[in-house]
Amino acid sequence: MTEISQHPVAKPRGNFDHILYVLRGNPVTLIAFGMFALLIFSAVFGPALVPYDPLATNATNALQPPSAAHWFGTDNVGRDVFSRVIVATRLDLSISVAAVALSFVVGSILGCIAGYWGGWLDIILNRFLDTIMAFPLFVLAMGIVAALGNTIENIIYATAIINMPFYARLVRAEVNIRRDAGFARAAKLAGNSDLRVLAFHIFPNALPPMMVQVSLNLGWAILNAAGLSFIGLGVSPPTAEWGIMVAEGANFIVSGEWWLAVFPGLWLMIAVFTFNLLGDGLRDIVDPRKRT
Amino acid sequence: MLSSAPRLRAILLRMAQSVPVVVGVVVISFLLTRALPGDPAVYFAGVTADAESIEQTRVAMGLDRPLLQQFFSYVGDLLQGDLGQSLSSGRSVAEDLAKRLPASLELTLTALLLAIAIAVPLGVLAATRPGTSVDHLCRVIVTAGVSLPTFFTGILLIYIFYYLLGIAPSPLGRLDFIYLDPDHVTGFYLIDAALMGDWETWRGAAKQLILPASTLALFTLAPVARMTRAAMLTALSSDFIRTARAAGLSNPTILYRYAFRNALLPVVTTLGMVFSFALGANVLVEKVFAWPGIGSYAVEALVVSDYAAVQGFVLAMALLFVALNLVIDLLYTAIDPRIGFSSR
Repeated sequence: MTEISQHPVAKPRGNFDHILYVLRGNPVTLIAFGMFALLIFSAVFGPALVPYDPLATNATNALQPPSAAHWFGTDNVGRDVFSRVIVATRLDLSISVAAVALSFVVGSILGCIAGYWGGWLDIILNRFLDTIMAFPLFVLAMGIVAALGNTIENIIYATAIINMPFYARLVRAEVNIRRDAGFARAAKLAGNSDLRVLAFHIFPNALPPMMVQVSLNLGWAILNAAGLSFIGLGVSPPTAEWGIMVAEGANFIVSGEWWLAVFPGLWLMIAVFTFNLLGDGLRDIVDPRKRT
Repeated sequence: MLSSAPRLRAILLRMAQSVPVVVGVVVISFLLTRALPGDPAVYFAGVTADAESIEQTRVAMGLDRPLLQQFFSYVGDLLQGDLGQSLSSGRSVAEDLAKRLPASLELTLTALLLAIAIAVPLGVLAATRPGTSVDHLCRVIVTAGVSLPTFFTGILLIYIFYYLLGIAPSPLGRLDFIYLDPDHVTGFYLIDAALMGDWETWRGAAKQLILPASTLALFTLAPVARMTRAAMLTALSSDFIRTARAAGLSNPTILYRYAFRNALLPVVTTLGMVFSFALGANVLVEKVFAWPGIGSYAVEALVVSDYAAVQGFVLAMALLFVALNLVIDLLYTAIDPRIGFSSR
């Protein structure tokens, strides 16, 4: 494990050089960073920049194929597909970022407790995580949303719950192997409380592998949220969201109006692809040995 | 002591290990049904219920009793195979699920077989020729495969093969209406039609199956290919392969009898995880292709807030998954002679 955060002062150039070296060897990661910037840009500025109102209907202009005026065509009630796809970026990214952030925090706390103090807390947590993982995760998310109620917040909670075990397991393992490490004991002897040693000396070591997990998870969380709204959970029409747009467009695909479903689906795919590439790239930077 | 005793003990131990998981699954699905915010009586009474019928439902379901008591009666019902009544179909949920399960299993298993048939050779080829075009192809497929939303792939395949090329049948269910359903033996149309010797129907069913199965296979292909490649690379770089090469064994022997057999173990383990993905993705694929399996049953139930049906589905899927993981681990014991003699 590269302990990057342990000696940032000693070798500041070293890490940066290493990142540059890895990026040069793998231009795909560089492209992924570029695509990521584009996604963030359209999430932040998209709603202000799109040419049409994503909700404005225009019955005389329905089901038009892609053209110069409507790059991605128009849907069955004359809304501009391009504007809707771009505007949806913000909602889709917010759902997945909120869900991943929530599972990151909860998973870290649970993992720290179980990894540092161990004992029966550890046993109970492991049993609990095993049980969550025993469900097919998408199906569990369906069940949770159905039970909690059909809202966007509950999509976030459901996605957070099914992702949480991955973080808790990772943190637990990283904390557990360092619990009795020399630097942790030294920090304890210097008069730090357990909580302080755990939070400021041990936990930061888990951050590099966590970042990889976050990036991979973001893509997965977007897929999950879009899948849930595809089957009619969470986001309700006429809100612009990729999953629900694909679901609405699916009714027109058999009659040949492909642009309704293909463009939002393509954007969804690009977003997930970006996060997956980014995760792989980060893994190369953090831990070259795990490269497959 | 019989020589097979340690392995038998390992198998029994593994079966015992799945008991707490099953208990946990039942507890969680009970919590999902009863203890969450919102009034379950309102859900179970259905959308058209008034205050009086909600109260009736509450008493009839025992929702006015303490939680622990409710849990035991819930477990009691489960032990009798009672998952409650479906509001939309009017039958018991267990009956509905049992009727629709073969359709889902036929789809999922066909997809998994398809994925394994493509992914394992691809992974082996990529591992034996690192840096070549096969290797790059493997990398691209692996990354693209996990990024593809299954519902989107399905729609794309329908557009290409049904609308543009016109070679696929309309994506509506398991069998075109011009065919009669084969006699029910296993519930798998391909097997049932073959048993009847009705090859016309068999072809019809296979035609309907090929697109949804490919959609699901594209999704499950990636993790299997990735794992096969990694496991083969590890196996090929280990000492016993070097020894075998030094001893002058032929290349195919080294590859298949030595490396591949060892690489098989992590691949089989991955299959458990892949099956979990497939069961989840199944729901989406069934919705796209109007496949009459338990996934589309759950989606239909979700739309009309048919609560018992959704929870029954979640529980059934979880139990299916636990059972499958058990089978995979037992298979693991059968493949790997070392297991059973260790302290596991």
